[in-house]
Amino acid sequence: MAQVLSDAKHLVRLALLFLAGFLLFLVIRAFFVPPGFGEFGHFRTGTLQDVRNNTPLHFGGRASCGEADCHEDVTAALATDSHARVGCESCHGALAAHAADPEIAKAATLDELDLCSRCHALNPARPEGYTQQVDIEPHRDGAACSECHDAHEPSS
Amino acid sequence: MNLDRRQFLVEGTAFLLLTGAATRAWPFIEQGRPQDAPGYDFSQHWWAMFIDIEKCIGCGRCVDACKVENNVPPEAYFSRTWVERYIIPPIDPEDPMAEILPIVDSPNAGRDGFPPKPTVDGSKSFFVPKMCNHCADSPCTQVCPVGATFRGPDGVVLVDKTYCLGCRYCVQACPYGCRFIDPRTNTADKCTLCYHRITKGLTTACCEVCPTEARVLGDLRNPDDPIHQLLREHKVHVLKPDLATGAKLYYNGLDGAVR
Amino acid sequence: MPGVEGFMYPNEMELQWSIMIVLYPYLTGLVAGAFILASLQRVFNVEAVKPTYRLALLTALAFMLIAPLPLQLHLGHPERSFEMFLTPHRTSAMAMFGFVYLWYLLAVLVIEIWLEFRPYIVAQAQTAGGALRLFYRALTLGSYNVSPRALEIDDRVGRFVTVVGIPSAFLLHGYVGFIFGSVKANPWWSTPLMPVVFLFSAIVSGIAAVLLIYLVYCKLAKIPIDIPCLDTMAKYLYYAFLVDFSLEMLDLIHRIYVADESFKSLDFMVHTRLYGSQVVGQIGLGTLLPIALLALTQLVSLSVRVRKRLYVTAGILTLAGIFLMRWNVVIGGQLFSKSFLGYTTYKMSFATREGLLPALVLLVLPLLVLGVLVWLFPPMEEQRPARPA
Repeated sequence: MAQVLSDAKHLVRLALLFLAGFLLFLVIRAFFVPPGFGEFGHFRTGTLQDVRNNTPLHFGGRASCGEADCHEDVTAALATDSHARVGCESCHGALAAHAADPEIAKAATLDELDLCSRCHALNPARPEGYTQQVDIEPHRDGAACSECHDAHEPSS
Repeated sequence: MNLDRRQFLVEGTAFLLLTGAATRAWPFIEQGRPQDAPGYDFSQHWWAMFIDIEKCIGCGRCVDACKVENNVPPEAYFSRTWVERYIIPPIDPEDPMAEILPIVDSPNAGRDGFPPKPTVDGSKSFFVPKMCNHCADSPCTQVCPVGATFRGPDGVVLVDKTYCLGCRYCVQACPYGCRFIDPRTNTADKCTLCYHRITKGLTTACCEVCPTEARVLGDLRNPDDPIHQLLREHKVHVLKPDLATGAKLYYNGLDGAVR
Repeated sequence: MPGVEGFMYPNEMELQWSIMIVLYPYLTGLVAGAFILASLQRVFNVEAVKPTYRLALLTALAFMLIAPLPLQLHLGHPERSFEMFLTPHRTSAMAMFGFVYLWYLLAVLVIEIWLEFRPYIVAQAQTAGGALRLFYRALTLGSYNVSPRALEIDDRVGRFVTVVGIPSAFLLHGYVGFIFGSVKANPWWSTPLMPVVFLFSAIVSGIAAVLLIYLVYCKLAKIPIDIPCLDTMAKYLYYAFLVDFSLEMLDLIHRIYVADESFKSLDFMVHTRLYGSQVVGQIGLGTLLPIALLALTQLVSLSVRVRKRLYVTAGILTLAGIFLMRWNVVIGGQLFSKSFLGYTTYKMSFATREGLLPALVLLVLPLLVLGVLVWLFPPMEEQRPARPA
């Protein structure tokens, strides 16, 4: 037996070397696996909080436009007309910064023609029931859209 | 009941309730992030989205809003969401066996809307908004070698940008083409269902700006959510159902030709 | 966008996996193939190929050491690649492959080479000069026992390692095939045949590589070539090629017959963007021609000189053909849209991280590593012409 072990000494040492390597791996692993990994699935739990808290908001949401006595008149006019379901920021762009501090971040001026055409220019691919489209150029005859239409009360 | 006993009951109950709440908050306080303590409980939500093809007018505001809200690189080939226009020519009665291939385009991912395109008389055309389907049995999370992308407990598929290797296996595995590699971070990126908004009671940027309510965010765990009625009242489809991805992007009016 | 024909999803227009990902299965395939050739003698007692045994093992090691490099060049964050060992995702073939690779490298290849060369290592540890002596001494693990009994134990263990090594080699390259074959989103890749096709093409490329390396090495070391050994290698190359070709044809015929939704789009792709690399390159010059040349040597009696020329030609064509097979799978799978309505092009750059230049360097590097390995562990020491005193 002793002779066999002596003849296989190098193999025993090799096995021990592998074992040492494996243990070293476990130690390294304990250091480097991110905290909170695997709690709710195979991922770092902190990611949920990171995405939730560290992503800045650019759009305030339509509710933020009418609150704090800011644009109640517009929201009231819109609510009873055909643009009722169109969000304020759909036309006016991202305004979370403006809602937070109206002085430092103004709403951008709009390119009417481009903006209104986007939804209302005649396009055969639009759904059958969508009647609010018109061939823009003959319709406007050189005029700006706001000369005849109030975007906040389109039916008037 | 004498005052001491009542006081004891009130204080005792308050103590138990607070302990309960504090117990829930404690792990977060311990880890140095008290702001994450209960406000949003992910076990109460299962997010999905409903898209109505019969309402989409192809204005592209959704694509623009997503780029702005999520600071996505401006090029078309980095799209968290996009809109496709399908034009399906009619079958010619004089050659009914001829193969009909849909003509599809998505100029700048649909961000600037769609210029009208001349079509063969009798063609059928419509718009199809696309985005991450937040699959319940997601093939992209299945193949991630390290767990950098995952389906969260509330049904949203997210990417951990601090952990992603950028191997691109998930991009290959997504059948819907909704993933890409963010060139600024060299990690995988995709629609997050505006997780930072929906967990605070807001809706997604794309739903916020959609003028026709073609896109509607849904929470399937909420019995009062309108999505239940929408699913009941319409003929609903998902993309590539044969791949059984458990896609949670439900379409109304999706033509069979759409891929 | 230039190069895009028809419609592709916006995110599909640029390819995700470059020539680096073509190179990776090619190099690991050579590893598996070289090892299987070596095991022909060790386990299946095909004595004729014994002269190439050590050389095949060293070839496998050389390629195995270099194969992770194309991956590192490809990753967006190579510094995070160790995460695959820290938090491997059990459902991911790529993650599991990291362990298969590590297992194969350490538990199979390194051990087998070490056991095979132990007598030489022990001798060098006592006679070599300078820093080299330290190197060999470290490798002895402190044991200078090369008694017949010890060597017998080594032989038994080595044989066991080889026996374990064969399914490990199958797993090594089968897994790479599975990484592609399991992607249900991609109809060009998604087939259960993929791991089997990858494995057999790996065997083919490995045998061809060892055959050519053997010829070159014998010439450089001035060792006479063992002709029966050469003939046997060519014979096994021929057999492996026939199996590989049959499998690939089976896949092709099945696709054509079933003609599912993806077929038209893929068919068009093969006839246009992939015509040169697949039909002319991989199938024509890379498979049919070498099979024909090898068949000639198997069926007709030819002189040694003519046979050698045919083997070399077939070998080179084979290596090019199997490279093209990897190219056609990886790049081909990304040229068509998952909407089946469009195609894009692969714009390969030259001197960038994932360009042609590093790819060429990585093809040559394993041969340089092999050069170092055969200097450290001469595979055919006993056959060298005696050096002048």
